[in-house]
Amino acid sequence: MSSTGIQPPAGLQAPKTADAKIRATNLNFYYGNFHALHGISMEIYEKKVTAFIGPSGCGKSTFLRTLNRMNETVRGTRVEGTILLDGENIFDQEVSNLRRRVGMVFQRSNPFPKSIFDNVAYGLRINGMAGTRNELRDKVEHSLRRAALWEEVKDKLDQSAYGLSGGQQQRLCIARGLAVNPEVLLLDEPCSALDPIATAKIEDLIFQLKDSCTIVIVTHSMQQAARVADFTGFFLLGKLIEFDATTVIFKNPAKKETEDYITGRFG
Amino acid sequence: MGITFLCAFSILAITAYLVWELWINSVLPRHQFGFNFLRTQTWDPVAGQFGALPFIYGTLVTSAVALVIAVPLGVGSAVFLAELAPPALSDALAFLIELLAAVPSVIYGLLGIFILVPGLRIIEPYLKAVLGWTPLFSGPFYGVSLFSAGVVLSVMIVPFIISISREVIRAVPNDQREAALALGATRWETVWDAVLPFASRGIAGSIFLALARSLGETMAVTMVVGNDPKIKASLLAPGYSIAAVIANEFTEATGELYTQSLIELGLVLFALTVIINGAARLMMAASERGKV
Repeated sequence: MSSTGIQPPAGLQAPKTADAKIRATNLNFYYGNFHALHGISMEIYEKKVTAFIGPSGCGKSTFLRTLNRMNETVRGTRVEGTILLDGENIFDQEVSNLRRRVGMVFQRSNPFPKSIFDNVAYGLRINGMAGTRNELRDKVEHSLRRAALWEEVKDKLDQSAYGLSGGQQQRLCIARGLAVNPEVLLLDEPCSALDPIATAKIEDLIFQLKDSCTIVIVTHSMQQAARVADFTGFFLLGKLIEFDATTVIFKNPAKKETEDYITGRFG
Repeated sequence: MGITFLCAFSILAITAYLVWELWINSVLPRHQFGFNFLRTQTWDPVAGQFGALPFIYGTLVTSAVALVIAVPLGVGSAVFLAELAPPALSDALAFLIELLAAVPSVIYGLLGIFILVPGLRIIEPYLKAVLGWTPLFSGPFYGVSLFSAGVVLSVMIVPFIISISREVIRAVPNDQREAALALGATRWETVWDAVLPFASRGIAGSIFLALARSLGETMAVTMVVGNDPKIKASLLAPGYSIAAVIANEFTEATGELYTQSLIELGLVLFALTVIINGAARLMMAASERGKV
């Protein structure tokens, strides 16, 4: 059916679970009295890129941030429903361990005011993964290589991360997230502040990373979703309107709302 | 433009005039004692002997004691108020803390005499049992002492540290916290590794402000410090501070040399404040450069 070889979910029916890395069931989310997510159920497939699209305020970022329980840091929020990671409910797990397994890169690059090396090493150090000095150096190099940044920074690892360009800072944040070997990497509009060349580099990176990592990306750009994602979910007003293989979403959407959005008649 | 320049310039002018006045009105002791004024320990107005060292010592020691107590207390409270407490509680407590900063220092002096000194008498045996092996906590304790003055000062300066540090910590961008949390940092690790380093400059600023206040504090110190111009190793011994001796003796000073010696003490206090603040700023600038 789809060129990816994976059976795409038919609309919102619960699809097969065989290669689901994350499975959300009837997820509701509230900011105080505001009902931000309405009964979201979906599966995120292992070692695939899944994109969430939709107009501003549709809940796509909120949903992304529930996947590593980052929304819990916001006061007055409440969540109902379950999210299974490898079959285990993330809300029953120790949160810092969950976040090590489910990494995140934010809209605005947010390196620490430390050196490039220490930025990448930070997650390794706090998670007790640093090892000896040589091991640490190898891991930092490996992460920077995975983020396609090594060649640009290998001679200035001890310099401030703030000396890098915006696109380099964002790739540094990706390297920092990759260092702790996450199984899932959540990207929250990672290119919204970047120029087209820096954006292209990050998209190349996403292609390379999906061999080793499950990737979920929130994006404002439909073209970006079409370029990088295997699966795409369309959100509107806190609901998941349609979720399917990216080719289906963009060429043959089942819902009128999706078609209106894709064709630019709305949003 | 011209007016703002004038405002800024007037501050410079006032400072310069202040130093000039202190300088020309302390000619006599400078001529008579020279640098020995700073080096000798005898303060005997009757014999015409004036040495400033016990006052310099007392000023530095009381401020040091105050910082040792107030910095961890103040920064810890600020972290609690900014990071952990519910906003309503944080705002209410911050309001009360700012009120504390507005309490006149003579009231703190009275609190020191009536509550702190008797209280210290009670805990003194325990203090000695734990820390008595160091010279700092040896010897008899009469209640009034350098240590008491330091504790009173710490109570007076802690509101500055708390309220400024709280604002600085609250101003740390949330994406710094999220960056640490997203890597699996605990709440404590996030505060320690991401929030405090980002806020360190502002927190250091609050500490300098507190230090400047404690170096110059007069009334509360003189009420509990003991007013005895001697240098003893023990913090439990009575001492004296520069500001306190000027306030106590200036109106009663007989003779030009005595008066001018007190004015020179004022000059010394001014210089001390400038040197300590300058050194602190240099240290901070150096650490900024080193830190990347």
